[in-house]
Amino acid sequence: MTATETAPQLDPTPPKRGLAGRVGSVEILAVLLIAVVALRGWLVDLLNLPGLQTWATVFVSIVVQALPFLVFGVLLSAVIAVFVPPSFFTRVLPKKPAAAVPAASAAGLVLPGCECAAVPVAGALVRRGVAPAAAFAFLLAAPAINPVVLVATAVAFPRNPEMVVGRFVASILVAMAMGWLWLRLGRADWIRQRGRPELEGLSKGRAFVASCRHDLMHAGGFLVVGGLAAATLNVVVPAQWMQAVADNPVLSVIALALLAVVLSICSEADAFIAASLSQFSLTSRLVFLVVGPVVDIKLFAMQAGVFGRRFAFRFAPATLGVAILISVLVGAVLL
Amino acid sequence: MNKAAQGVVMLLVGGAALRTGMTDLYLRYIKEGVRPFLIAAGVFLVVIAIATLIPEFVGKDDAEEPAPGCHDAGDADHDPAKAAGNGAHGAPGVSWLLILPVLALLLLAPPALGADAAGRSGTALAVGETSDFPPLPKGDPAKISVLDYASRAVFDKGASLKQRRVELSGFVMVDKEGRRYLARMILSCCAADGRPIKVALDGDVPEFDQGAWVRVIGRHNKKVVKDDINGETIPYLTVDAIDPIKTPKRQYE
Repeated sequence: MTATETAPQLDPTPPKRGLAGRVGSVEILAVLLIAVVALRGWLVDLLNLPGLQTWATVFVSIVVQALPFLVFGVLLSAVIAVFVPPSFFTRVLPKKPAAAVPAASAAGLVLPGCECAAVPVAGALVRRGVAPAAAFAFLLAAPAINPVVLVATAVAFPRNPEMVVGRFVASILVAMAMGWLWLRLGRADWIRQRGRPELEGLSKGRAFVASCRHDLMHAGGFLVVGGLAAATLNVVVPAQWMQAVADNPVLSVIALALLAVVLSICSEADAFIAASLSQFSLTSRLVFLVVGPVVDIKLFAMQAGVFGRRFAFRFAPATLGVAILISVLVGAVLL
Repeated sequence: MNKAAQGVVMLLVGGAALRTGMTDLYLRYIKEGVRPFLIAAGVFLVVIAIATLIPEFVGKDDAEEPAPGCHDAGDADHDPAKAAGNGAHGAPGVSWLLILPVLALLLLAPPALGADAAGRSGTALAVGETSDFPPLPKGDPAKISVLDYASRAVFDKGASLKQRRVELSGFVMVDKEGRRYLARMILSCCAADGRPIKVALDGDVPEFDQGAWVRVIGRHNKKVVKDDINGETIPYLTVDAIDPIKTPKRQYE
C-alpha cells in the first residue's frame, strides 16, 4: 500500500527514545491529578468567594449542558465518516455547489441539536467530499432551524408567532448567503482539518472509535475554552449596561448581537433569554436569535478546532456581519 | 497527548458525566429533562474510552512494534519512521482542558446559583407572561412558587391573590440599599441562563445571611419597586412569618 507512506497512520510506532521519552502524557496526567487532589482544600477555599462560585457554576453548567449534544454530534459524525459512503452525498446533493448550498441549508431542518452537534458533523461532511460551501451552510442552518429550536421559540414568544417565522427565514437566508459567499471568496487553504486519523484500512469498529475519539478530544477541548470565556464574560459584564443601550434602536441591535456572541447559549435555550430581554425591541431580539446559533465564542473556538484558526478568524466575523444585516432586514419586513 | 492519555481523559469526562447524572448533582446545572441524555453521553464516553484503552494496554509489551490490535491487513507494512508525525493520533494541547470540568465536578461540585447570581441580573418576570390566572391552590397559607406569586402580583395586579395568605420558599438577597428580597433562580436550559425572580419583603423581617434559604408566609401588598438592573417591576410581600429552612434539593424553579 503506497498511500500509507504519505497519509498519517492511526497508530505510528514512536521512534525509540531514552528515559525522558518514557514520561508520556499518561504520566503527566497522573501527576496533575495527584497535585489537584492534594490542593483540593485550597481550591475549595478559593471557591468560597461568591463571584468565583457563580463563575464556576456557569462554566460547569455550560459544559454539562453541551456534553450530550456534543456526543450526539460526534456520534453522527462518526457514522457519516465510517458507514455512509462518499457516493451517498454526491448522489443526494446537487452536483453544482451553488445549488448544493440551499439543499444543505434545508437539511438543517432534520438535525435536532444545537451548535455543539453541528460542528463535528460539518467537519465529517467536508472530509466526505461535500463542497465546503454546502457543509458550512448546513453548519449554520442546523442549530437555528431545527424543529426543537423553532418549538422552543414559539413557546418563549406565545404572543409573537412572527418571531418563529422571522427566525426561520433569517437563519436560512444567513446560511445560504454564507454558503454562496464562501463559493465566491472562500479559499480551500484556509481550512485545515488537523490530525485527522486515517480511517481507511481500519475495520469499521476501530475506525468508528478512532473517529469518535478524535472529534471528542478536538471539539471537546474547544468547548471547554468557549465555556471558560462565556462564563467569564457572563459574570464580568454588568447587566446594567444592557439597560442603558436598550432604548437606542441601533445600539440595541449591536448590543444584543454582541450579547449573543458573548453568552454562547445553546440555541435550544436562547429563545427564553430573548423573551426575558423585554426592554429590547423585537427586531433586536430577532438579531439575538439569529446571531447566537451561527456565531458565538464557544462555536468560534470549536470551529477553530475542527477547521483551523485561519478559517475561523475569517468565517466567524463574516457570519456575524451577514447575520446582523439579514436579521435586521427580515425584522423590518416581518416585525 | 497520546492515545492512552486521551482514553483516560475520556474515561474521566464520562465518569464525571455519569456521577453528575446519577446523583442529584445535575440539578445544580441543568434542567431535569436533560438528565437521561447526560447519562447516555457518559455511558458513550466510557465505552469509547475503554475501546481506546484496551488495544493500548493489551499487547503493550512489544512496545516497539505496532500494537497488533490497532492495524488491519494492509497497513502493517508501513514505514514507522515516516508515519511517526505527531498529528496522527495525538490530540492538540487544548484537549488537556477537558480535565477542568472533570475536576470541577468531581472535586469542587460548584453550588447551584444563589444570591450572588441573583444580585447580578434583573428580575426575569417577562418570561411566559399570561393574563389568565387560575384561583390560588386551596389551603391556608396557599403554597405557590416565587414566580407564580410575582406574576400574579405584577401582571394580574394581585387580583387573584386577594388577601389570601401565601407561602413561598427561596433564598434571601440583600441589595446595595439594604432592601431585602426573597429570590429564586429560574432556568430555561442550564445555569448559564439562570435568572432570578425577586420579591421584595415588607414588614418585620429579621436579619438573615445573604443566600440563606427561608420559608415566608405573607400577604400581597400593592407596593412595587423597579429593579435597578433592568427596570422590571418587583412586587412586595408583607411578611407574617419567616423561618429558615434546609436548602432544597431542587433549588431552581
